[in-house]
Amino acid sequence: MRPLITVLAIGALLTAAGCATDEPTAVASTGASPQAGAGTGEQSKFFVQAQYDKELALLGATPAGPAGKPWEQVLDPKMVETAKFKKPGPYKICFSNAGLNNPWRQVGFKTMQAEVETHGSRIKEFVHVDAEGKDQKQIADINDLLGKGCDALIVSPNTTATLTPAVEAACRQGLPVVVFDRGVDSTCPVTFINPIGGYGFGHVAAEFITSRMKPGGKVLALRILPGVDVLETRWSAAKVAFDKAGADVVGVEFTDGDPAKTKKIVNDYIQRYGTIDGVWMDAGAVAVAAVEAFVDAGRPVPPINGEDQLDFLRQWKERKLTAVAPTYPTYQWRTPVLAALRILNGEPVSSPWKLPQPTITQDNLDEYIDADMPPLHYAVCGCRELPGYPERWR
Amino acid sequence: MRIAERRLLATRPHRPGTGGLVPILVLLAVLLVLLTVRQPDFLAPSSLMSFLGRSAPIIVLAAGQYFVIVAGEFDLSVGSLVTAQVVVAARLIDSEPSRTWPVVVLLLASGAAVGLVNGLVTTRLRVSSFITTLGMYLILVGAVYLWSDGAPKGGLSEEFRRFGRRAFEDVVLVGRLPFAVLVLLAVAVLAVLLNRSDFGRTLVAAGGNPRTAELSGVRVHHVKTMAFVLSGLAAAVAAILIGGYSGVSFQAGAGLEFGAITAVVLGGVALGGGRGSVVGAMLGALTLETLFTLMNFYGVPGALRTAVQGAIILLAVAVSARRSVRR
Repeated sequence: MRPLITVLAIGALLTAAGCATDEPTAVASTGASPQAGAGTGEQSKFFVQAQYDKELALLGATPAGPAGKPWEQVLDPKMVETAKFKKPGPYKICFSNAGLNNPWRQVGFKTMQAEVETHGSRIKEFVHVDAEGKDQKQIADINDLLGKGCDALIVSPNTTATLTPAVEAACRQGLPVVVFDRGVDSTCPVTFINPIGGYGFGHVAAEFITSRMKPGGKVLALRILPGVDVLETRWSAAKVAFDKAGADVVGVEFTDGDPAKTKKIVNDYIQRYGTIDGVWMDAGAVAVAAVEAFVDAGRPVPPINGEDQLDFLRQWKERKLTAVAPTYPTYQWRTPVLAALRILNGEPVSSPWKLPQPTITQDNLDEYIDADMPPLHYAVCGCRELPGYPERWR
Repeated sequence: MRIAERRLLATRPHRPGTGGLVPILVLLAVLLVLLTVRQPDFLAPSSLMSFLGRSAPIIVLAAGQYFVIVAGEFDLSVGSLVTAQVVVAARLIDSEPSRTWPVVVLLLASGAAVGLVNGLVTTRLRVSSFITTLGMYLILVGAVYLWSDGAPKGGLSEEFRRFGRRAFEDVVLVGRLPFAVLVLLAVAVLAVLLNRSDFGRTLVAAGGNPRTAELSGVRVHHVKTMAFVLSGLAAAVAAILIGGYSGVSFQAGAGLEFGAITAVVLGGVALGGGRGSVVGAMLGALTLETLFTLMNFYGVPGALRTAVQGAIILLAVAVSARRSVRR
């Protein structure tokens, strides 16, 4: 009996270990060496120079479109004709959503629902299907929606390659498809909407940190997990900036988005190196934990970047941090609804539709802090004038 | 009946004394020496205290897991229980200081309740505890996901967070004494007292040989259920400490059940039950945390942690299998 129990035990434990973490904590595929003196090791295999150059150029570009409404603006517009999709309203608009499994998507989806409301009777029905972060479910969802008489289909794909055939199948049905956030490997959607992107994010944060610390200062880079394209591009752009500035990147650690783990890691680095001169992060979720690690250790918080989540922005203001918050704005959830309506009205839209990607700095910090909103709210939501603000987002 | 029970207890293979603790103490000492070589100021009182403070949750969980494992069962639900409790606490407190204490009480009660369900399903319905607690793990993950729409809401009050984050400053000798260390001490004392009480002894007997224990008048079902309740309570305490240490997160309890079980077997407690001490289990947890800190200081990628944990479990099982063959 004992050996059987033992075998079962091992099996169960390994299974438990497997499901305990939603994301693979797997190996550091980018090979970033933690002890790099000059340079941060090999560049990520996700790095594409041309794309990097393009995004950095867009950071300085002036958007076309109405001032103060970045969700309607376009960087470097390339208009396409949509006359063939013109039809009389009101419309039934369908949305296949990759998931609602993080605060960013929660805020975004609420913003999208509010945007739909602003159009009143022009949209007779808005159908939302949540794929719960599963490719297979989203493929089935899109397939189901094709039989539901949608006038336009909005897709936020869970993963790029796997969802491409499903999106192409939708295009073949002749209905206009609008893709946003993550893309697909196909030109069949009428347009693809997203902000500047990961290189822009990583670059802005790294440039800020290197500009605020002494040359050759010690930088700790905290990443969520390896192998995800949007996060890899952020890190690869930061790498370029750190190498150029001759920063001493003393560590590149994966936090799994776990604040407790983040705090322990930062704590260990503070002990190991005495001082850390800058902290770079590929996403803001654990920025507050990193700040707390310095505060709880009784050390000054070095230049750091977060994202536009309110908990970080409040810490920044309260503790007078030297900080910056590049964003991946949630207002991009408004744009697909606008785009779908324009397409159904036969108006030309830009394809791709590159949205501006604002950066929160010391100068505009106060504009984004809203005392009424919960800590995990994303400030750059473009939602303040939308119906139901602020209750809907709480 | 009385005599039989006494004899049974007298012939237990290991007293929860010092004998079984030598290997884990040696291992801990070796790791601490290696750590000090790399990081001489690690043993400074203030840094040692902060290390103990941040390790407190896993040590508390190991103590809870000890009672279950020594009784011959497993509790795989503690990790998701911790996550559930942190997320629930944040939503209920919603940054409102006055709700702190009621929520603390609620967490302890719900932790015990989850343990009670695990215990009753395992003992009364005779479902293997792997399946019971794996099921509970999945139920809790799903319930939290559903209840929170997949993303945590609300926030923890500073009053709630101080248990895991704040400290008494300027304490003689140690400098800074984290509240978490005090909580840990209290849990450790309670755990040792329980382990030495009649309950602790009957629990070990029930794990070592349930049939003999049953025949000797031990209410096996009862003590095993209590063990699950203790594990649930430990998870609640750990949730309060973790939520305090790092705030609300969906990752709060990820993988903790695995860490706790590894710690327990590392501390010399036999998988399958009947052998080991709660002090060993807690030292096992401390050793595991020391090992991870050491790996971090030596620049070993954090991804290796899981592999190391797996290796420890396999090794422990192999050793314990050999021992039981010899017996």
